Amino acid sequence: MDSPPITTTATEVQLIDDSEEFRTLRRSFRSFAFPVTIGFVLWYLLYVLLSCYAPGLMGTRVLGHINVALVLGLLQFVTTFVIAGWYARYADRRIDPPAAAIREAHGAVVHAPREAAE
Amino acid sequence: MTLLASSATDHRGLTMALFGLFVAATLVITVWAGRQNRSAADFYAGGRGFTGFQNGLAISGDYMSAASFLGIAGTIALAGYDGFLYSIGFLVAWLVALLLIAEPLRNSGRFTMADVLAFRMRQRPVRTAAGVSTIVVSIFYLLAQMVGAGTLVALLLGAEGNAAKRWTIVGVGALMIVYVVIGGMKGTTWVQIVKAVLLIAGAALMTVLVLAKYHFNPSELLGAAASASGKGEAFLQPGQKYGTGTAKLDFISLGIALVLGTAGLPHILVRFYTVPTAKAARKSVLWAIGIIGVFYLMTLALGFGAAALVGSKEIKAANAAGNTAAPQLAEALGGGSGSTGGAILLAVISAVAFATILAVVAGLTLASSASFAHDLYANVIRRGKASEREEVRSAKWAAVGIGAVSIVLSLFADKLNTAALVALAFAVAASANLPTLLYSLFWRRFTTVGAVSSVYAGLVSSVLLVVFSPVVSGAKTSLFPDSDFHWFPLENPGLVSIPIGFLAGWLGTLLSREQPDPAKYAELEVRSLTGLGAH
Repeated sequence: MDSPPITTTATEVQLIDDSEEFRTLRRSFRSFAFPVTIGFVLWYLLYVLLSCYAPGLMGTRVLGHINVALVLGLLQFVTTFVIAGWYARYADRRIDPPAAAIREAHGAVVHAPREAAE
Repeated sequence: MTLLASSATDHRGLTMALFGLFVAATLVITVWAGRQNRSAADFYAGGRGFTGFQNGLAISGDYMSAASFLGIAGTIALAGYDGFLYSIGFLVAWLVALLLIAEPLRNSGRFTMADVLAFRMRQRPVRTAAGVSTIVVSIFYLLAQMVGAGTLVALLLGAEGNAAKRWTIVGVGALMIVYVVIGGMKGTTWVQIVKAVLLIAGAALMTVLVLAKYHFNPSELLGAAASASGKGEAFLQPGQKYGTGTAKLDFISLGIALVLGTAGLPHILVRFYTVPTAKAARKSVLWAIGIIGVFYLMTLALGFGAAALVGSKEIKAANAAGNTAAPQLAEALGGGSGSTGGAILLAVISAVAFATILAVVAGLTLASSASFAHDLYANVIRRGKASEREEVRSAKWAAVGIGAVSIVLSLFADKLNTAALVALAFAVAASANLPTLLYSLFWRRFTTVGAVSSVYAGLVSSVLLVVFSPVVSGAKTSLFPDSDFHWFPLENPGLVSIPIGFLAGWLGTLLSREQPDPAKYAELEVRSLTGLGAH
């Protein structure tokens, strides 16, 4: 067995898994990660489809030699940066504190001495 | 060839000297890192002591291969907007890694991707499948880099004939084995960090020089590129490369594989183990997104700059795929062929390109040999009874073996289309690895049969579709241009093979009578979200 079981016993892990704190944490994580993932994948696909099948729109000039295609491409960069920053903030507030609370409650503060190294 | 060959003698010595300096410096780092390696965690995961920022740089170093630097800049230089379109998938992909993979993987795994896949499954079948997939993806990617290195050296150093190409492949292969065997993950990570800094500095310098020529007005640069390309405004619009019916579908297939494949690339996944916590893994991805994003924005300036300042005729004369556009642009920016400035800048950028290739192949060799030792040797062959020392020793031998196989394959397969190989690596990662990772982490019912099905179905379908595609036969650019046994019209299998991977995992789970272990899933879930019990 490669991964040694966590210090707690199997039933205790199931108790954590069923606890209200853990369910809230899981909901916080999934309700952000799943819809946002679907959202940015669709947004990327829309951009790719427009690039392939809407040459007229994409070729429209916006300013000087800058056209809609370029603006939409740069917008993909912007949305990627914004989603990354948004998740970082969200995780700081809604995921890290409850995760730390569960770790502490169950006696295994993982890698505590190294947290400072981040 | 004209432009490069005429000044070959000016810059050749300087390029070799700079590259020699990089090799010497990284070898010193490798030996230093190797002396600190004590445990398996040191060898596989660099002692888990890197910071989020350091690992973010190293991830960028692992990811920004020569295909990105030279390939994307060259594609933009020749096909304009479509090169930019191509680069975007590589960046957006990081959000999948950030939101769904990096933190759970860091919390629940130890050294390899298979640690997570096999967590709640029967060890031997799942580790075998994951190990095979890891090695296959890494070898495709390795071949692309090494064949590319050979071609590049022949071009940049103006060396004629196959001898220079062969010796480059052997040299690159030997160095990557040394980095991995001596330095392990710690040494390899530092090599990535040094390379990432050099690559970004080189690209930034060129970007500033290009923009300065156009008064820091992007529109002026675009206009100059469009008129120099001879295609006018069409050069700035989609359609130059991915314009016809099949090419459009092919690009959609490629784009999906890029976005979903990145978070399944084994050499990227193992990077998340080099930091102490899941939060640090998140920070590494955040840094990587910033660095990689800025880098692709710079390739936009480099590509259009090369189109405007070098011109597509000169670029195509040197390399039909445009792979030397960035070095040619460096020469032009430094004052042109024959000038001292041109020779210096060309030498600097060429040396950076070699450094790039060398670092990426080292990362790939490490990831695949780690999977061989930890998954196939220790858990499948020795059934978990190998000591740490035996495991690390087998990883080192595996690095030598995988390195040797890659050298030999690269020597005999130098006709392979490197862009198609990179695309295939991403397609396998997206079709075999990502579905299995997602199901393992988030689907309670997922079983061993499901995991094995999705890995093999994704792996086999993507490879087979490429075998029966125009990449291998039936076109002028095929591996076997004289025969024709192709029936799959696209060069990129992702559009079909990714759904096959997901479907196989789902069907395998539903059709098997095996009951998932609820306690193991509870443990994985708690562990992946809270870090409780993480290594």
